[in-house]
Amino acid sequence: MAVADNKTDKPEGWNRPPVMEPDGEGELLEVAMGPHHPSTHGVFRMDVALDGERVIRLKPVFGYLHRNHEKLAEGMSYLGSMPFTDRLDYICPLTNNWAYALAVEKLTGQEVPERAEYLRVILGELTRFQNHASSIGFLIQEMGASGTPLMYAFREREKILDLFEMLTGARMMVNYMRFGGCRVDASAAWLDAARKVVAGLPGFADEMDRLLSGNEILMARTQGVGVLRSELAVNAGVTGPMLRASGVNYDIRKVDGYGIYNRFNFRVPLGDHWDVYDRYMIRLLEMRESIKILEQALKDIPAGPVMDPKAKLRGFRPKPGEAYGRIEAPKGELGFYLISDGGPNPYRYRIRPPSLINLTVLEDMALGENVADVVLIFGSVDIVLGEVDR
Amino acid sequence: MKTIEETKAAIEAAVPGAGVEIVPNPSVSGQHSLRLAPGHAVAVATFLRDRLSFDYLSNVTGVDWPDKEVTEKVKGTRTATKTVDGVESTLEETVEETRKRVLPGWLEAVYHLYSVALKQGPLVIRMRTVNRTDQVELPSLTPVWRSAEFQEREIFDLFGIVFTGHPDLRRLLMWNNFKDHPMRRDYVEPDDFEYEPTAHNEVLKRAQAHKSRE
Repeated sequence: MAVADNKTDKPEGWNRPPVMEPDGEGELLEVAMGPHHPSTHGVFRMDVALDGERVIRLKPVFGYLHRNHEKLAEGMSYLGSMPFTDRLDYICPLTNNWAYALAVEKLTGQEVPERAEYLRVILGELTRFQNHASSIGFLIQEMGASGTPLMYAFREREKILDLFEMLTGARMMVNYMRFGGCRVDASAAWLDAARKVVAGLPGFADEMDRLLSGNEILMARTQGVGVLRSELAVNAGVTGPMLRASGVNYDIRKVDGYGIYNRFNFRVPLGDHWDVYDRYMIRLLEMRESIKILEQALKDIPAGPVMDPKAKLRGFRPKPGEAYGRIEAPKGELGFYLISDGGPNPYRYRIRPPSLINLTVLEDMALGENVADVVLIFGSVDIVLGEVDR
Repeated sequence: MKTIEETKAAIEAAVPGAGVEIVPNPSVSGQHSLRLAPGHAVAVATFLRDRLSFDYLSNVTGVDWPDKEVTEKVKGTRTATKTVDGVESTLEETVEETRKRVLPGWLEAVYHLYSVALKQGPLVIRMRTVNRTDQVELPSLTPVWRSAEFQEREIFDLFGIVFTGHPDLRRLLMWNNFKDHPMRRDYVEPDDFEYEPTAHNEVLKRAQAHKSRE
């Protein structure tokens, strides 16, 4: 081969999990963690081989929630798939809507009115805030701190879900965005309510910070656990807070600047210990950055239409071609790949699920750790099974 | 960022005989792609990762392009003998014939690459299998980009492309003794996954219809 002289300094197979041998005399214990296990966030199974307490093999098993959403989408109109995207990552339905709308807009070249772009940013960042808050809550819950942080997070999430319900009519299954804008406009009363909620968010972030960040048990359990090196994270396609906790400066809001994100002033927090504690801390810091974006967007939101007047909802047939659109969803890069053959249904409809691909490195992070820490490492990935299995 | 033509030229300079073709994309997204010959795909992928800094493979997916039956009209001539007013004459006539031809289909794997180091992308590369039935092998790019591991398993599961060189090629979403590939366009759903008759009339009827078909 001509590129055989292109030597990298890494040996072959560097991006594979190492094969671990048991070192004791005892027998290996194979444990199926899941599909019904309180820490698996749903129906997900990890087949773990243990040597004493030490994990020496871990194979994730998927598919318990598989419904072939991609095949269903081939049989219905483009708009018909929009409500189904809510059910992918059901913690953050609005960013799923956004990613799908963005991909179709890439395919057809539709413009989005400015007010709709602002609404998308506001809703996207509210979604990110409540996702990170509840994900921290789940992580601490799985550590054994039963209740308090999760209930604090859910109390705040409830306020944000109330906002979603006021605007879209549903707490979770929102079906809100359309190709070329948003379904309904936000009233002045809604914007005032949103400002009021956002004004309370920094206090919540401080509260979580004071409650958890310096907690001795949390630090003892998470620091130095589940380290993920940055080269492996990039090579394995890890995205979102997990990638940034591994010290890689890659935020699609900054890189692609999709929507109107380049108008806002915010920073990208990065980790430098690459462990579970960093993933917790990155989420906390991203919540604070989201508040900054929300304050700017709620101040600057202009008046105007929320739907492109030329947008066609019935008889929507994009020209033949294909497009891949992606956004920075709270869990990582959420992408939609669409192929149109000129018909009313997509010829191919593919979702790039961040939850599934972030699990690629689960075995690498868990090998050699104690079985009790597997639960924490898994929790720090932050997945939703609706998106993993699709 | 390099244009797709420059990327193609760079690949061809580095991997002689790579057989890279540009696949234009007529949509406004402007995401044109490169089709790789499967024989050189791993070498080209390594070159893209190490030399052009496409260190991040975002999305891997399959597409099914089934066999197509085309009807085409072929114009031919034939000589006909005609009798006009008792005089026999030979004439050349043009005749239109409709012929049906089957264009063989293929399965395709599509890869979307980005560069984290240079913050560029996407570069779309694709590969085709020879047909949809017995020659469905493609080289796996998992040794180059680990992120392809689960996604190639998913394609193997749902489309039936066999990735040679994949470290752990098993079904991902369907159960192990499932037979078909559900994302193929000609996949027919079974009328019932469970053959046990139940007391419910309609299910019982469908089960009987299913049994009689076997």
